[in-house]
Amino acid sequence: MNPVLVMHQVRGGYGDADILHGVSLTVNPKEIVVIVGPNGAGKSTAMKAVFGLVKIRDGAILFEGEEITGWKPDAIVRRGISYVPQVKNVFAEMTVHENLEMGAFLAKSVKAEAFERIYTLFPDLKAKRNALAGSLSGGQRQMVAMGRALMLNPRLLLLDEPTAGLSPKYMEQIFQICRDVRDTGVAILLVEQHAKQALAFCDRGYVLATGSNRHEGAGQELLNDPEIAQMFLGG
Amino acid sequence: MSGLELINFYVIPGLISGSIYALGAIGITLIFGILRYAHFAHGDMATLGAYVALGLVGSLALSPWVALPIAMAITALVAVVLDRVFYRHLETRPKILTVMASLGVALMLRSVVQVVWGVDPQVYSTGIVRAESYGGLMLRSRELITFATATGLVLFLMAFLRYTRWGKAMRAMSDNPELARLCGVNNEAVTRLTWVIAGALAAAAGFFLGINTELNTMMGWSALLAMFAAAILGGVGRVEGAVVGGLVIGLVEELSVLVLPSQYKMATAFVILILILLVRPQGIFKGKVL
Repeated sequence: MNPVLVMHQVRGGYGDADILHGVSLTVNPKEIVVIVGPNGAGKSTAMKAVFGLVKIRDGAILFEGEEITGWKPDAIVRRGISYVPQVKNVFAEMTVHENLEMGAFLAKSVKAEAFERIYTLFPDLKAKRNALAGSLSGGQRQMVAMGRALMLNPRLLLLDEPTAGLSPKYMEQIFQICRDVRDTGVAILLVEQHAKQALAFCDRGYVLATGSNRHEGAGQELLNDPEIAQMFLGG
Repeated sequence: MSGLELINFYVIPGLISGSIYALGAIGITLIFGILRYAHFAHGDMATLGAYVALGLVGSLALSPWVALPIAMAITALVAVVLDRVFYRHLETRPKILTVMASLGVALMLRSVVQVVWGVDPQVYSTGIVRAESYGGLMLRSRELITFATATGLVLFLMAFLRYTRWGKAMRAMSDNPELARLCGVNNEAVTRLTWVIAGALAAAAGFFLGINTELNTMMGWSALLAMFAAAILGGVGRVEGAVVGGLVIGLVEELSVLVLPSQYKMATAFVILILILLVRPQGIFKGKVL
């Protein structure tokens, strides 16, 4: 099976300083892959590199076998990758429905099925479709952000700390939604601060430290590794 | 003073100048919301629009009402060109540079108007128009047209922002520019569209100011403070706020004459501006806080 995403020895950062010093990772179809690691490990930067938001000086990024290194974000969206930033990830002064419409902005015309698909995935949002996104709870906002990202039928979804600041109940709900999304055939790459819970729920995980790969493997495998437990997960 | 006199001599003129302020304030609020800077050349852009209409009336012997849409289109084009030539290359620099540049553009536009049309006050058409009575309400046809056209333009713009793809893109850009770009919204196209709308509405404001009083080269600059006060009073970034703000400022200016010497009329906008910044800086409709 051909991988959806391959990042090979990527080096780069913002401005002149390198934050990533050779990061490699792979996402296979229908897989949830999580990136964990201590603060400043370059987790979010690695994800942003995929989406063309980081200056890449070395290495390559391939999506479905095509090199997308150095592409602009809108070209990457068209190619089939969507990205949900960690903060300010909804249009607060627009309705839930308008947020979804903006997600499909590049499509010019949107079919009603696209909205139905999102509302089926997030039933909470259907009732709130005419509410302003800014008036929703944190968990519901995260759903709006994910729904927006899913409007164009991406094959890969990038989520930057989707559970940051959410209660454990919402965290479970977001993880469940990720599984549901994965089951519709979308691969997911996410960055997580809650390393234990994330490794327990993902298919595979990567542990980054100071901008390079440290460990990789199945989620449970990594959780059981005493070294990782001690280094990053606080025992 | 009877109620009718109050309405005829204060409320109606207040609503007319209020609608004119509103047309200018909408442009100011859109530029503030989407491009994130105060555009000080907006008043002089209105002056330019008014004089372009005058030029069309004079050279092609058009009726002022036919000249209006053409002047709006020309001023919209000028606004897009001004942005390209003077503002765009400052995009990544601190916004205060663009604000200062707009001050320079204001002086430049005014000088161009003065060179081309002279500094003497002018009118679109000579002669006295008598007000007609509508059950005691004294209205001139130009006042009715001013109010109706301003209302029409505002409703059209609101429908555009609410229901069309590019209108939503403009709101998205004002709401969350980073995310709008991630959605594939083209920054340049939204900027151009903003200038088309702001330029056209500024021309309309200048035209109505000219047709209800007279044209002079300082007309737009003098109205700028009231337009800014209207935009901030209504809430920066809010079109409906700019409309309400404009009407309030127009009415308060006219009604202030009842209690204050008329020299202080212009100062009332300033007082309202200071009060709103002290008491409710987000404005009536919860706009962006500056």
